[in-house]
Amino acid sequence: WVRVSGTEPPAASRGPQHKWLPTAPGVCSLLFVSKDVTYICPFIGPVRGSLSVTNYRLFFRCTDREPVFGLDLPLGVLSRVEKIGAATSRGDVSYGLACKDMRNLRFVHKEPEDSLKKSVFEVLMKFAFPVSNNMSLFAFEYKQVFPENGWKVYDPLAEYKRQGLPNESWRISKVNDHYELCDSYPAALVVPVTITDEELRRVSSFRAKGRIPVLSWIHPESQAAVVRASQPMVGQNGRRCKEDEKLLQAIMDANAQSHKMFIFDARPSVNAAANKMKGGGYESEDAYQNAELVFLDIHNIHVMRESLRKLKEVVYPNIEDSHWLSNLESTHWLEHIKLILAGALRIADKVESGKTSVVVHCSDGWDRTPQLTSLALIMLDSHYRTIRGFQILLEKEWLSFGHRFQQRVGHGDKNHTDADRSPIFLQFIDCVWQMTRQFPAAFEFNEYFLITILDHLYSCLFGTFLCNSEQQRLKEEVPKHTVSLWSFVNSQLEEFVNPLYVGYPSHVLFPTVGIRHLQLWVTYYIRWNPRMRPQEPVHQRYKELLAKRAELQKRVEELQREAANRTASSSSERAGSPTRSITPVQTFV
Amino acid sequence: MLSLGSGGAKSTKPSFVSYVTPEEIKSEKDPPKQEKHPDLLPGEVEFCSANPILKYTQDDLSQRGVFGTLFCTNFRVTFISDEKPQEKTDKTFKNKLYGENDIPLMCVDHIYGVYDEKRKLITGGLVKNKYPSKMIIHCKDLRVFQFSLTFSKEEDAKKIFQGIAHHCLEEKSLKCVFAFSYMGTPSPEMQWKQETVMFDSPEDWTQEMKRTKANCRLVTENENFELSQRLPKYFVIPLTIGDLFSYQGKGLPIWCWSHYSGCALFKASFPPVTQEDGDFQKHLDTMINAVAHNHLYSVKTEDLSESLPNIQDIQQSYNKFKQFFLIENSTDFWLSDVKWFSSLESSGWLDIIRQCLQKAVEVVECLEKDNTNVLITEEEGTDLCCVISSLAQIMLDPYYRTLMGFQSLVQKEWVAGCHAFLDRCNHLHQKDKEYHSPVFLLFLECVWQLVHQHSPAFQFSETYLTVLSDSVHVPVFSTFLFNSSHHRESVMKAESPLAQSGPLSCPTVWDWSVQFDSKAQNFFFNPLYLEKVKHDRAVRKPHKPKHQRNLSLPSTAFKTPPKKGFFKDETDSLKKMLRVKRLSRWRGSPDAPTATTREFFESWQHRPLDYHGLLLPCLDGPAVHIWMQRYLRWIPEVYILGGGSVAVMTKLMELLSQVQDLKRVLEQRDSSQAAKLDHRPYFQHRLLSFDSSGRLSSSFPFAYTCYRSFKPIIPTGLMQSLMVTDSLASQEDEASSVVSFV
Repeated sequence: WVRVSGTEPPAASRGPQHKWLPTAPGVCSLLFVSKDVTYICPFIGPVRGSLSVTNYRLFFRCTDREPVFGLDLPLGVLSRVEKIGAATSRGDVSYGLACKDMRNLRFVHKEPEDSLKKSVFEVLMKFAFPVSNNMSLFAFEYKQVFPENGWKVYDPLAEYKRQGLPNESWRISKVNDHYELCDSYPAALVVPVTITDEELRRVSSFRAKGRIPVLSWIHPESQAAVVRASQPMVGQNGRRCKEDEKLLQAIMDANAQSHKMFIFDARPSVNAAANKMKGGGYESEDAYQNAELVFLDIHNIHVMRESLRKLKEVVYPNIEDSHWLSNLESTHWLEHIKLILAGALRIADKVESGKTSVVVHCSDGWDRTPQLTSLALIMLDSHYRTIRGFQILLEKEWLSFGHRFQQRVGHGDKNHTDADRSPIFLQFIDCVWQMTRQFPAAFEFNEYFLITILDHLYSCLFGTFLCNSEQQRLKEEVPKHTVSLWSFVNSQLEEFVNPLYVGYPSHVLFPTVGIRHLQLWVTYYIRWNPRMRPQEPVHQRYKELLAKRAELQKRVEELQREAANRTASSSSERAGSPTRSITPVQTFV
Repeated sequence: MLSLGSGGAKSTKPSFVSYVTPEEIKSEKDPPKQEKHPDLLPGEVEFCSANPILKYTQDDLSQRGVFGTLFCTNFRVTFISDEKPQEKTDKTFKNKLYGENDIPLMCVDHIYGVYDEKRKLITGGLVKNKYPSKMIIHCKDLRVFQFSLTFSKEEDAKKIFQGIAHHCLEEKSLKCVFAFSYMGTPSPEMQWKQETVMFDSPEDWTQEMKRTKANCRLVTENENFELSQRLPKYFVIPLTIGDLFSYQGKGLPIWCWSHYSGCALFKASFPPVTQEDGDFQKHLDTMINAVAHNHLYSVKTEDLSESLPNIQDIQQSYNKFKQFFLIENSTDFWLSDVKWFSSLESSGWLDIIRQCLQKAVEVVECLEKDNTNVLITEEEGTDLCCVISSLAQIMLDPYYRTLMGFQSLVQKEWVAGCHAFLDRCNHLHQKDKEYHSPVFLLFLECVWQLVHQHSPAFQFSETYLTVLSDSVHVPVFSTFLFNSSHHRESVMKAESPLAQSGPLSCPTVWDWSVQFDSKAQNFFFNPLYLEKVKHDRAVRKPHKPKHQRNLSLPSTAFKTPPKKGFFKDETDSLKKMLRVKRLSRWRGSPDAPTATTREFFESWQHRPLDYHGLLLPCLDGPAVHIWMQRYLRWIPEVYILGGGSVAVMTKLMELLSQVQDLKRVLEQRDSSQAAKLDHRPYFQHRLLSFDSSGRLSSSFPFAYTCYRSFKPIIPTGLMQSLMVTDSLASQEDEASSVVSFV
């Protein structure tokens, strides 16, 4: 494999498609090859080369250039394929590909003379959007076998057990075993012992989409809990539900440290109030005594989608250097990141410093809520900062609790204007990235890990991010027919390890959320711009550092062992430590 | 091979030599007086004091603070708390000259007085009778102090306020600067000073010419400043210049550095315009020809005053910029957080940094790619010329990326090169604003960008740069006190009889032991520095590395048809006067300058990375950053507790020193089998001091205050921050919820 340069991202060029695809014969069928296609590169101008399309990816390669230029992207990343203009007199057709990963591609090629042959456009329209064409996503055909089975990463009962659950205050309810209580919730739910399943059923009719308040995480010492839910169906008339009130009281009572509780409504208060018109709303402090309601002012999925669209405009393909900062500000992207982080910080602060239990909800509790709970959990629990812990966190807070990945990403769906699409998960990963920047030694994974997750959020190579809920995933037998992203990741962990990681157990991270300390994630959003690329692929440098560390550590150990041996063997007289300066001298290793 | 290490090859370095003996510092404290007094430096005199004064703690709004005594001395304004000083958890990075509650007089930027809730800028005239209830001091190192004067006696309060205002704001003479009273024991020749080339002797210049294989001429005729007082004592010019004395040395092309290809970089001030146009033109012609003659008969000239902002623009922009970091309270902070990016942009500071780096890259391109000589000019030839030539040298020559090399570069281009530090830094509080400009800081900012982008290429750390930027305002060092070599010599000579013991000897700033002990000096080294691997033992000699011949690919390998346009071939004024037919390379197409340097950058980017070769900065908008350590270190709202780059650095340093220690232990064992050294106590001791880094904040090693509270900083007023005006905000929260309600 030749390292292609040009607009090739490190992630895609090293992704599983190269390593594993050739060994899975019969799966990847070549659908289209054209030897004479021009790629209009916004950075280096038109490039002629050959284009091939398979049922998984699009591959463009130009060999008559130095350095060799190539493009390789999974079809899943395409959000829109469109012809640009009519065929010219020379018979050229031009079409544009809008991608979900912050770039647009443009190709020009000759209209095939043989009209029976399919054009690239047709092939792409069909295979980039299999769902719209009643075909299955490529993940269902991908049969690579990995040494590890990623579907086994998350076992809800094991995770709850790690947290010390069930205990005297909390039980694991089977009321949703068949997804009858709530079809977007997982089967295993942790609820206060004092609340019966029958009461839970009543609560479910009072919470939007039946998404009742259930425990996400419990503080190992104070027993303060992070509880997630959807909005209460208060409506204009101020409906109440005594079981819901009882449930929240029980949550509060489960924590002996505090006689108070906080309800964090992720929405701006205006929007929360507007929801009353549609039957929703927020908890009134009359009905829920001792509970304090706080609005976190995070905007809805449409605002976020628009913000990302603006961001793409600002960063791709060209950056206006002299107005870069004000352009960036005008997208509000980092403002949104700040609000989400600030919200999570307030939640974590209440739980850690205030020892108070918190309930977090937005409207349906599947977008802003997982953003907030999972970020708060990362701040509170160092386990979620490890590679496997982070996988568990995603499996739990995002996948099992029904973040609607299918709708938000639009896997294989050609309807690119769908208002349900929104970069909620991307925003969350961005927030995690911001935290890794602020705490470079606190996370076991590196940036490449986060980028890999985002790349495969769109690639449809793995089953992990398919469907909208646990129930759907079981129904489609996703774990049975697809490979988990974690199979791939955990089979080559060394790629994703942060060499600087120091596992501080029980170390709470409070990031600073001032915009001064937030940065645009250049290596993700602007990675297609060749000038913005780091000299060496980032993870390459990470790996070097890692090897270096291992080498150093090995050496330290050797020396220590040797020193110990010598101490043991040699009789001595001189005691006391020498006074040496600790000037770091060069080490040639 | 990646090699982590720093500190150069100085394993033989003697351990720290105390500059001021501890007894000298402590002696004042012993008598059991009720009143507290500051530990005065030798030569420091107390002027006035007031008690009790309330010093507000910056990090909260509740107007709480600490009571204590405020002093004003001939060196600093200092506050001593009434509270028992808590046992400081050994501060690894303590400045020996001034502490966290000391403000060197030179470091005071502005003083504000609060009169009846109204904040007024204090200028000389306002001081008279009235004194404010609250005094706010903004420092040049961006600290902000707030003192309440209402608790002490009126007389005292008035006195201290007037004293401080007088000593910090009034125009004063150079003799009043503390450096001339400072009686620090002259240090025995410090290793720092020895290794930093001072460029104050002909040998230093000869050596530098030899190192870069320059083919130029050393001028010693100015030894007594007979040629010009604005020129360095010694300097180097092209070989072919014969007549030195016309125009008092103005317009002389002064050699900066030679590229291995033979071409060189020169700088020059403008020759004075005289009545006789022809004469002027002839002079100019001679000079440019002389430069061209240096190598292959080619030259490009650039008038920096035309293409870069002038020193007043720089001053204005920085004044705007620094305001964003002089935060007095949390409310201010969160309010300014909202429009952060557009505010930054409006100051234009980052853009000036970008322009300077851009220009330096253009110079580098001429030298590296086109192999033409370059002559940069400007009015005095000692401001932006210094910035651009130093930057270009750092990009081209890895020697200047070592700590000693960098210090030598500052000596060469700035100190010996006659940058008017005294005027530019306004150390004497002159009212005439025309001459003030943070040109040197601008240079450090540009260097920081390079360090930030290519960390492994630099032996020094950003902490070093931050400390250096602070040291400019510490009135102890001779380095930043003068306007030129002549100025320095004449003042030093005149002053010396006054000093009781021998000639006046202000330390140079490079004598870091004056400010920091050797342990603290470790923070100057970049643990990620990629040391050039050399296997011979010769490395141990603290000699300047040889001029690297393998700086990059041979220039022929990457020569494309000469690109022109990035340099205006001649400045407009020059154009009229010059007849340039012989210099074929001068003809150019009017390409956009950025486009061609971009190409240069991209072709460099495609080559394999070599941290010991040519280094170019990426100048696209998102690549130019704020020097966070310098600007955010005093703002508690942005402290990252247990995070920031300090987490990485301490870890790397720890690892490195572990290896090194063990190595040494083994070496010692090898050399004498009998000698048994128990390394453990020492080892643990250090681990302790480093390992507490788990709770250090990102402001380390500068501010320590955050230790006491481990609470997150929750922003206030978030709602105002986000003005989402479009209809999307009020749209259905989740599109799918609409469906379910229908």
